[in-house]
Amino acid sequence: MGRKESMYKYIVKRVLLMLPTLLGAACLIFFLLRMIPGDVCELRLAGDGQYVDPDALAACYTNLGLDKPVYQQFLGFIGGFFTFDLGESMWTGQPIEREIGLRFQLSLQVAIMATLVSILIALPLGTISAIKQDTWIDYVVRTFSIAGIAIPSFWLGIMIILGLLISTQAWFGTPWMPPIEYTSPFVDLEANMVQLIWPALATGYRYAAVATRMTRSSLLEVLREDYVRTARAKGLLEKIIINRHALKNAMLPVVTIIAIEFAFLMGGMVVTEQVFNLNGLGKLFVESVQNHDFAMTQALVMLVAFIFVMINLLVDIFYAWLDPRIRYS
Amino acid sequence: MSVTEINPGTVIEELAERKPLSERIGSLIRKQPLGLAGLLVVSIMVVCAIFAEYISPYDPELASFEHMLIPPNGDFLLGTDQFGRDMLTRLIFGAQTALFIGFTCAFVGSFAGLVLGVGSAYFGGKVDLIFQRVMDVFMAFPLIILALAIVSIFGTSMSSVITAITIPFIPRCARVVRSSALAIREIPYVDAARACGFSHIRIILRHMAPNVMAPFLIILTAAVGQAILTEASLSYLGMGVQEPTPAWGLMLQGGAEEYAESAPWVAIWPGVAISLAVFGFNLFGDALRDVLDPRLRTR
Amino acid sequence: MSVVETTGAGTPVEKILEVTDLRMYFPITEGIMIQRKVADVKAVDGISFSMSRGETLGLVGESGCGKTTTGRCILQLEKQTSGDIVFNGQNISTLSRSDMLQFRQKVQVIFQDPYSSLNPRMKIGDIIGEPMKVHKIIEDKTERDRRVAELLSLCGLSPQFSDRYPHEMSGGQRQRVGVARALALNPEFIVCDEAVSALDVSIQAQVINLLEDLRDEFNLTYLFISHDLSVIRHLCQRVAVMYLGHMVEVADCDELFENPMHPYTKALLDAVPIADPVLEASREHKIVKGEIPSPINPPSGCVFHPRCEIAVPGCSQAIPKLLEVKPGHWVACPEA
Repeated sequence: MGRKESMYKYIVKRVLLMLPTLLGAACLIFFLLRMIPGDVCELRLAGDGQYVDPDALAACYTNLGLDKPVYQQFLGFIGGFFTFDLGESMWTGQPIEREIGLRFQLSLQVAIMATLVSILIALPLGTISAIKQDTWIDYVVRTFSIAGIAIPSFWLGIMIILGLLISTQAWFGTPWMPPIEYTSPFVDLEANMVQLIWPALATGYRYAAVATRMTRSSLLEVLREDYVRTARAKGLLEKIIINRHALKNAMLPVVTIIAIEFAFLMGGMVVTEQVFNLNGLGKLFVESVQNHDFAMTQALVMLVAFIFVMINLLVDIFYAWLDPRIRYS
Repeated sequence: MSVTEINPGTVIEELAERKPLSERIGSLIRKQPLGLAGLLVVSIMVVCAIFAEYISPYDPELASFEHMLIPPNGDFLLGTDQFGRDMLTRLIFGAQTALFIGFTCAFVGSFAGLVLGVGSAYFGGKVDLIFQRVMDVFMAFPLIILALAIVSIFGTSMSSVITAITIPFIPRCARVVRSSALAIREIPYVDAARACGFSHIRIILRHMAPNVMAPFLIILTAAVGQAILTEASLSYLGMGVQEPTPAWGLMLQGGAEEYAESAPWVAIWPGVAISLAVFGFNLFGDALRDVLDPRLRTR
Repeated sequence: MSVVETTGAGTPVEKILEVTDLRMYFPITEGIMIQRKVADVKAVDGISFSMSRGETLGLVGESGCGKTTTGRCILQLEKQTSGDIVFNGQNISTLSRSDMLQFRQKVQVIFQDPYSSLNPRMKIGDIIGEPMKVHKIIEDKTERDRRVAELLSLCGLSPQFSDRYPHEMSGGQRQRVGVARALALNPEFIVCDEAVSALDVSIQAQVINLLEDLRDEFNLTYLFISHDLSVIRHLCQRVAVMYLGHMVEVADCDELFENPMHPYTKALLDAVPIADPVLEASREHKIVKGEIPSPINPPSGCVFHPRCEIAVPGCSQAIPKLLEVKPGHWVACPEA
């Protein structure tokens, strides 16, 4: 089998493997949501526990299609993916694509920024730590990264806000907090950055910590390989050895872990968004679960699962492209 | 998410090393000062949790309007919260909640993952194939999303919160255990056990599971920290442990942001407690991994 | 294919095991959810033989010839693709659950690698005692411990070893533990899968002697799988030679070694070095040409024909049957 052909076969295989996973995820979330006590109509009509007109309730069910048998609802939900019609939010009545579209930009931007933060911190720190193994620098970096995994990012967010409040109070006389209203970076980059850099730092630190550890360990492993020793024996400068030979090979697992972190960031920033009051996907998810907005929750979860599975797929394909052995296993 | 990868090859190496567990734990203490520090933090937490009634100065649930938001002083070492409850007391009792949830979730989740992972590797074939696909489905969501969905079904009782945190752990543990167990499955003593006519359950639990203990213990300690973090996140969102139970995440939710400027201690201490606890478990877990898993000694 | 009747002098002896047309194909599959078979590895491809109570049959052949798979099928560690295995008159494929447990007691195994065949997390006493406990042979703990000690001393080990872990013992000692475990259930039949191949030569001799003593004492039947011809010659009454999933020659031990008939057996015996440097240097080696073909796509007709010196065009047509050319000597080669 040729390289191209085996690569093609591998990709087809992996893409086919994605389908049952996504279908399973759809089933799981659909039936989990149907188990939640109470429903969106009762919540909408009864609000604070007032009297509910049975006719209005029935009309609401009919309107949202909740009176149909469960299997029909399920088929409609699955069918929606193939026709790219996700329907309307059961809570606001707005098209789901629009509701998600509004928040997607913000979440994507924070995720990208947090990933950048983590790369910028992790690569230099991890490299230094590996080169200076078992010196005080190494210990400082390791403590820094273990701490990063231990500190909850939402609390770090609270601490950042607290720090901002106290320091602006001290320097400018009035306390300042990052704005809550989202500004697109294409409209006003500065206002956008001023708002989003803080959550990016808060979440970025945690992921930086994970990536730093991975960089360090993977570089240490590579530095012990024979070809690096050969390079040393040839009398190459240590700097060239690290840059040309070791780093490139050590980056594989680091790239993997950063890619997977990015996937997590797209859907997992639920708590940090709450702290900074950001109107992102995570907050939308929490709200839709609380409102019993099944349609919205399903769409969101499937979006997150899709991104997650896609990124895993890309990572695997990248790996297979580099290492032919994987294709045949 | 910290990703714990264990190479199945280590299992074989571990067999070659063949030192009893007690001896290896002994060397852990000598060679791993950081791990010892972690163990110390964990032990302090455990002591606090067990003797909370005796060492804490006040009643954790006693609210008092006269003592609202008092800064740290001689009477209230870490200050009081917006309901006038002593922060130190609530932190100490919070250790009970955190440890109870952390250990329960980690043990139940990891043990279920152990049995499923080993079972999947043992039976192989179609069972293994289907099992892997199911695990893929569960792994396609971030932990917190799955946990939130489960809490909204079962409500916010203690048992529901524990279920919500435990279920996402199972596939993560099962996956790591399975890869080690696949190597174990090929070792003749499993065939010897089958040739003796032992039942599947006996072979899985008595012959295979004890031999994947190294990755299992590593996963377990990491899971305790992860469970404490998830519980804090859920409680912070108001979807976890409910008032008036003292829980660290909940203490941050209470009014940490609202009072952040005027009463920063309300926001600071619970976070420090969470971080220290997870830090302790992670340090301990790292050291454990170094000792049990020689291939990863550099990590 | 007929069952090979090799009762030596022709006296009627009780058959303990009869294997008829045993096939074990391992499928190679493709596909993710729905698996589709693309090919088979024909590890064992239609072999038949029988064994009498108390005899030792040696199964020889190169690695990959299917001898270990044959043993695993008899032990029911693999479910055979087709063919019958009849033990003590019962077809073991159709055994009920309780009969299967009975069968498990009667048929035991000794593995090659003394390091990996013992569970490293269990004490020797538990390793040997567990089968007796599970099969409720001896339910009383002290009684069982006594029996473990007895088995250990029977296998030439001090009863004190029962408190040790496998890693605290040497390779030879562990293999003795493996033997003791196999004996724990009072079996009638033991599959020795390369049972001494991993041991040092001096220790090999000790374990072989142990196996011989036990055979005589308990009237055991051994299926002795090995690639080591000198061990086979020492221990076995009869020898079966396998090549690429087929049985090519079966004969009494001395007859096979002195008068090999199948070209493959001849080549195999030729490859054994003679422990006399002068003789060894002077003799002419017949080296089998070529590589062993893949068991996925074995040659047509006689599987050995591409490498055979005496092959004629007809060899690639029909699969040769095992025929009794002399009393007790069966060969699957019409040209021999």
